[in-house]
Amino acid sequence: MTKVQLVQLAHARSGDKGDTANVGVIAYDMEHYQLLREHLTPEAVKSHFGEMVKGDVERFELPNLGALNFLLHGALGGGGTMSLMNDAQGKVFSTGLLRMEIDVPDEIAITTAGRGRVPEGWSP
Amino acid sequence: MSESRVVRIASGQGFWGDDIEAPVRQVEGGGIDYLMLDYLAEVTMSIMQKQRARNADAGYARDFVELMERIFPRCIEDGVRVVTNSGGVNPEGCAAALVEAGQRAGVGGRARVGLVHGDDLMARLDELLEAGHELANMETGAPLAEIRDQVQSANAYIGAAPIVEALKLGADVVVTGRSTDTALTYAPLIHEFGWSPDDHDRVAAGVVAGHINECGAQCTGGNCLIDWWEIPEMAVVGFPIVEVSQDGSFVVTKHDESGGRVTRASVAEQIVYEMGDPTDYITPDVVADFTSIHLDDLGNDRVRVHGVKGGPRTDFLKVSIAYSSGWKATGTLTYSWPDAAAKAKSADRILRERLDRLGLHFDEIRTELVGWDSTHGLLAGEPPADLPEVQLRVGVRSSDRASVERFTREIAPLVLTGPPSVTGFAGGRPRVQEIMAYWPALIRREAVESELRVEVRDV
Repeated sequence: MTKVQLVQLAHARSGDKGDTANVGVIAYDMEHYQLLREHLTPEAVKSHFGEMVKGDVERFELPNLGALNFLLHGALGGGGTMSLMNDAQGKVFSTGLLRMEIDVPDEIAITTAGRGRVPEGWSP
Repeated sequence: MSESRVVRIASGQGFWGDDIEAPVRQVEGGGIDYLMLDYLAEVTMSIMQKQRARNADAGYARDFVELMERIFPRCIEDGVRVVTNSGGVNPEGCAAALVEAGQRAGVGGRARVGLVHGDDLMARLDELLEAGHELANMETGAPLAEIRDQVQSANAYIGAAPIVEALKLGADVVVTGRSTDTALTYAPLIHEFGWSPDDHDRVAAGVVAGHINECGAQCTGGNCLIDWWEIPEMAVVGFPIVEVSQDGSFVVTKHDESGGRVTRASVAEQIVYEMGDPTDYITPDVVADFTSIHLDDLGNDRVRVHGVKGGPRTDFLKVSIAYSSGWKATGTLTYSWPDAAAKAKSADRILRERLDRLGLHFDEIRTELVGWDSTHGLLAGEPPADLPEVQLRVGVRSSDRASVERFTREIAPLVLTGPPSVTGFAGGRPRVQEIMAYWPALIRREAVESELRVEVRDV
């Protein structure tokens, strides 16, 4: 097994509802959806964010899309215009979750290496 | 009506402040039946309410009126009907301005403006509370009475029925207040296809189409994380167009020649945006099950969406209430290498000691280092000593305006009275902002629906 960052296996988007941030995580390859399901338990996601999420983490499954949706309660410093955070609307909690490391079979680690990152030598 | 008929609904604005050229390109690109323009978000209504308090004619998206002056003639010539919630807290004012804009644009005598009002509960609030509508906070359960005196705006999220009525009455443009974002897409579909309110699956499919449309380019390559560096021609990104069939299945696409990209992944990212429980996506007209969605990537910027299931609507409408809840301000300073983060943290400590010695009262003081931890917080770990630069960002929040005012005068002094190698203060003192907190509530739908009104006016 090899530790890889989630960004190699999935993309994500996040948004807000009051003081709750949502993060939708979508597998690049449908065949990795089960792997995400096993590793990204609500407990593991709560532990990853630590003090950044004051309340519970809820998880919902969207197998048709190869996606998991997480609700991070109490993550936005009060939310909306109340929040003093730079990311008051939770727009980048998505990439915060993609930093998470999970153990995957060596072969998956090799075939997905570099996925999710700008290729070397790329320029805008 | 042929089974193969397709209704094309283009999205032109995903929020108040979105790309103002996008709806022009959608209309000039041709081949669309409707243009939907979403201007409202949770905080938008309270901003509009404040504008209206200063000027009784304001309180709606003025950009919309300017936009219509540009595109009105082409919309009328091509038969493109426009559906929008640009009315904000003053749909009457917006419709009146739109009629004038239509006359200036030369469509006088050829166009009709539909107006939907009655979603605004502000004037009825005490009457509703007295009648037993508690309007308790959906998240905390607290009764509205606790903050009644601070309420700035209160609007019910309304569904398709009044928009459908305005379209039936021949409106070329329908202006509403707090219609749900998704209704701007599915109301025209109900009108065109005659879907029954009990046809839960088809209406739910319309809701999914609306959810995909409502954030503009966010489903066509904008803010798209997957392979973002490969997405072409973002300067002229195409906004989405949904091509919907009678059975509710639809294709998400964009105009040929426009920039951006529509793929299974770009659409999936938008589907999960601002998602709660996906099996329970509640709207005024139906409860949609987003786990039933099937996506087929057809290639060439076309993604087919089908299989959507829905269930009956609830007895309630959601109410969006904004209330004033104190004051806040945010100050920033930039520190350079060497030891940029250490300097910024030292400045923060000195600032906090000064605020404390002044005896000011804050409900919260928050410090972030932009360039290090303001997006990923604790996940960023400790900053390295060789960080080239970092921006100190300190925010304060208080029910005492004077304390926040005084805070705004304590940032600039740090330049000469704090740690070295500091710059980036040219913007002047931070601005004091009033906090508009959000109070989501439910109300029995008949209390709102009995007051909804639809009018159609000639331009």
